[in-house]
Amino acid sequence: MDLFGVGTLLADCVPPENLSIFHPVSPGGRSIVSLSILVLAITGGILLVVGTVLMYCVFRFRTKTFDGHEPPQVYGSVPIEVAWTAAPAMIVFILVLVTTRTLWEVEIPVPEPVVGDNTLFVTVVGRQWWWEYQYEYYNGQKLGFTTANELHMPVSEASQQRRVYLTLKSADVCHSFWVPRLAGKTDLIPGRVNSMWLQTEQPGLYLGQCAEYCGTQHAHMLLRVNVESPAEFERWLQQEASVALHVDEATITRGREVFLGLSCINCHAVRGTGAKGTYGPDLTHIMSRATLASGQIPNNRENLRSWIADPQKIKPGCLMPAFGLSDKQLDEVVSYLESLR
Amino acid sequence: MSSTTNLAHEEHPLSAGSILTLTQMGMVAFLVSEVAFFSTLIVAYLTFLGKDTIGPTPLEALSLPTAIVSSVFLLASSGTIYLAEKQLHLGSLRGFQGWWTLTFLLGATFLAATAYEWSELIRVHQLTISRNLFGSTYYTLIGFHALHVSCGLVAMLAILFLSFRGDVKSEPGGGAELVSWYWHFVDCVWIVVFCIVYLWGR
Amino acid sequence: MAIAEQRRTDYQRQVVAASGWTAILHDWTTTVDHKKIGILYVLMSLVFLVIGGCEAILMRSQLLFPRYDFLPPDTFNQLFTMHGTTMVFFVGMPILIGVGNYLVPLMIGARDMAFPRMNALGFWATLFGGLLVYSSYATGGAPAIGWFAYAPLTERTFARTAATDLWALGLLVSGIGTLTAGINFIVTILGMRCPGMTLRKIPFFAWTMLWTSVQILLAIPPLTAALVMVLLDRNLGAHFFDTQNGGSAYLWQHLFWFFGHPEVYILVLPAFGMISEIIPVFSRKVLFGYEFMAAATAAIAFISMGVWSHHMFTVGMSKTLDLYFAAASLLVSIPTGIKFFNWLATMYGGKIRFASPMLFAFGFLSMFLIGGLTGIMLAIAPFNFQLSDSYFVVGHFHWVLIGGTLFGLFAGLHYWYPKVTGRMLSERMAQWQFWLLLIGFILTFGPMHISGILGMPRRIYTYEPDRGWEVWNQITTLGAAIQVPSYALFVINIVWSYFKGPLAGDDPWNAWTLEWATTSPPPAYNFEQILVVKSRRPLWDLKHPDDPDWNYE
Repeated sequence: MDLFGVGTLLADCVPPENLSIFHPVSPGGRSIVSLSILVLAITGGILLVVGTVLMYCVFRFRTKTFDGHEPPQVYGSVPIEVAWTAAPAMIVFILVLVTTRTLWEVEIPVPEPVVGDNTLFVTVVGRQWWWEYQYEYYNGQKLGFTTANELHMPVSEASQQRRVYLTLKSADVCHSFWVPRLAGKTDLIPGRVNSMWLQTEQPGLYLGQCAEYCGTQHAHMLLRVNVESPAEFERWLQQEASVALHVDEATITRGREVFLGLSCINCHAVRGTGAKGTYGPDLTHIMSRATLASGQIPNNRENLRSWIADPQKIKPGCLMPAFGLSDKQLDEVVSYLESLR
Repeated sequence: MSSTTNLAHEEHPLSAGSILTLTQMGMVAFLVSEVAFFSTLIVAYLTFLGKDTIGPTPLEALSLPTAIVSSVFLLASSGTIYLAEKQLHLGSLRGFQGWWTLTFLLGATFLAATAYEWSELIRVHQLTISRNLFGSTYYTLIGFHALHVSCGLVAMLAILFLSFRGDVKSEPGGGAELVSWYWHFVDCVWIVVFCIVYLWGR
Repeated sequence: MAIAEQRRTDYQRQVVAASGWTAILHDWTTTVDHKKIGILYVLMSLVFLVIGGCEAILMRSQLLFPRYDFLPPDTFNQLFTMHGTTMVFFVGMPILIGVGNYLVPLMIGARDMAFPRMNALGFWATLFGGLLVYSSYATGGAPAIGWFAYAPLTERTFARTAATDLWALGLLVSGIGTLTAGINFIVTILGMRCPGMTLRKIPFFAWTMLWTSVQILLAIPPLTAALVMVLLDRNLGAHFFDTQNGGSAYLWQHLFWFFGHPEVYILVLPAFGMISEIIPVFSRKVLFGYEFMAAATAAIAFISMGVWSHHMFTVGMSKTLDLYFAAASLLVSIPTGIKFFNWLATMYGGKIRFASPMLFAFGFLSMFLIGGLTGIMLAIAPFNFQLSDSYFVVGHFHWVLIGGTLFGLFAGLHYWYPKVTGRMLSERMAQWQFWLLLIGFILTFGPMHISGILGMPRRIYTYEPDRGWEVWNQITTLGAAIQVPSYALFVINIVWSYFKGPLAGDDPWNAWTLEWATTSPPPAYNFEQILVVKSRRPLWDLKHPDDPDWNYE
């Protein structure tokens, strides 16, 4: 149990790149770690005892050459058998008890949203190979906007718990939501609705990725969770809930026309315009995201341009095709997207 | 090579205390695996029962009278195959051949009834394997049962052919007995399938 | 011993002289002799082992550096699908069935399996299934669905080429082969034991093959049915796993793991059996607690039929189901523990000689212990929420399948090679093989546990830099490279020793079970006379007429 304390201390100073399950920052993660350490201690003890007996047998009874005299033959012993059946049975019994406790701590049913509950409800839809987040309710208020790939959530405080309930669905194949420092994984299965909950007192960025093989780009279905102060989070909420900014500037207007005139809108939505596609990520506030291609590359003008020019070069097999835009069109579309803050 | 194996078979005494002959044990083991197979198909059928959003439903599509009539044929064939075996045991090859042929005809009638039922389902109710979940699970379950009936019929023909050559004897673990065991099993599966698909699941 | 050798070469010379190599080929392709079929199974599995190993090496090369582009993503995904499928269906099962085929009739004093022609059918179906699966490469690429092929990734929407059909068809056909082998073992062991050999006196390896076969009987048909459903979905438009039309991805997982979990024990029980034959002989002691070992085997076979959903803790079952499957999975550790303690008790007080079979048996004991303990960790449902589908799982099951099955199997192959060929393996090469394998194995799969704990999911073709996974992946790849010469040495050893190894004689290990009572290699009819046994160690009784076993059993 002492190790567990060290774990929490370490958690304060580990970078987001650290995905160790032994550096949890959430109550659920911590219950799992304390159980895990108990299990590690028990199995370590068994390894030590049995391993020692094995080594003792090997070194004590080894002979270079057999001298022809057979050792005494021992056929068995009922008391001994009973003893070494009972001992593991006891250990199993203990393990089942502690497993039960942790299971009931970790698995919590999803409540109904109530005004003043400070709780965030998000529906997560797994898609090949990115994440869709439908923000449903916060503090009992209906939200109803959609964003992609970067989950934002408020930090929990000692005085005020702020939980996040995720409803997990899939639009195509099986995926699994895994941000190791926040919670164990839960699968997103088409035709099924799963749920999980997150809660942490530590603001920061937490990384993870899809943990169930889901096709070609399973490796690049990366997860980013931004845990922010309530004020910051609410600012973000407000901005995301609004429709897209309409900037009147020549290049941007032309870019918007190109964007709306091409098949981009079959898959992508930009709220406040005619683009209402639901097959790809919602682009209404694309510039509020730090990354592109589900966390694969930083979101900047250069990357945005090469992504639109040929997504297959960056993420081979991904479902967005290259449209063969001219350099001028590319620049305009990128300028338009850059205006979506 | 084959001479040595034959030698092994004929000379090898059965293990003491063994109740069944080798072929009988083999058939039992095979049927156990068949139970596992059909259980899986039935689990799939039950999983999707009533989950359809488009029809037809079992209640709309399945005709109980047709199923009852075909079931009677199949159940009767279990009786006739028993009688055929009894005749063989009594030493009446003609009696055996008669009852055995009747069994074959009853089984074939059952298959024909299934074919009629399917053609009605397809023509009248537009129920195909790709229509809905009921179609997928129904045709798979019933189809595999019908496939087993067909295999049984082929085996019966083989035995009948052998009996005309005088190669069928009443012996434990003999071909006629194994086919009849298999046939009874196919019959039992039908009873379970009938209860689930036509009675309970409708 | 020289007589057996003479007999063998004479026979070969006669055959070659009579009608040339085609006659030998004809002999082997039409054989219904359980020994030849066993050898065919083992050789086929070894070929597939090399293929599966090459696939692993390619994957490990790709994972050497983060964002490395040695292989494109789809190629990598095809490789892990084929690697898993090959190792489970075309290496693990057939090689154990092959060893069983060779040994079970000899061990129980029978002259062949119960159904020799069905036995041949089983082998050819397995081989044909393997060829079908590999013919998928002709469609432009193997399936990229993972060996457990989670729906709906296997539906036509997501897997458009015929590769997935060939994969399903291949497993279906080889499954039928496996099933016939299972039926054959059950009938042979229950019905063809020599006089005096009651069920309580059968050699332990035969006992484990019996329970493996029972599991085959119950676990393979559900897989067959599920594969049929996949094929119907893909080719006739059925909707079993078609989630867009109401099909269930969840049903596939249940059906697959209902097969997949017993499968793990199908792969490990025969290794338990081999170890239980080898440890006594090289410790010069009778197997401690035979009845308890036998009961533990049956218990494992029973309990393992009811634990499948511990592969599915993260699918969102209810707490109650999570708890049930965690508890049931933990229960398996009790009979497994019993077995382990009995092996230790057999060694205790013995005179242990570390010839190569015993060396591999030691490798089995030390490594399987660790694999079993990580299994306990994975059975703890909440811990599993973190570990499932991570590299920890990959480390764990390789630890069990290589540390358990493969080490046990190598122990067995080294132990029985003299019986099969009449010649001894080179002890020197065997020792090198062992230590290279042990070190390479630990370096390969040890770090996988760590990368899993550090959050690395399985089946990713590349990973991000700066996550601390790089160094562990590089050690893993290094370990894989160390394993390569070990397998090469084994192949060299079995070929070289076949021609140049010292003659073995009938009973080189001074052992106690019936296979050592006949010549090496045994004649086609196995035994000249039907043997009669009175105890579990008939050759001990023969060698110690003053103090036979039947006084104590």
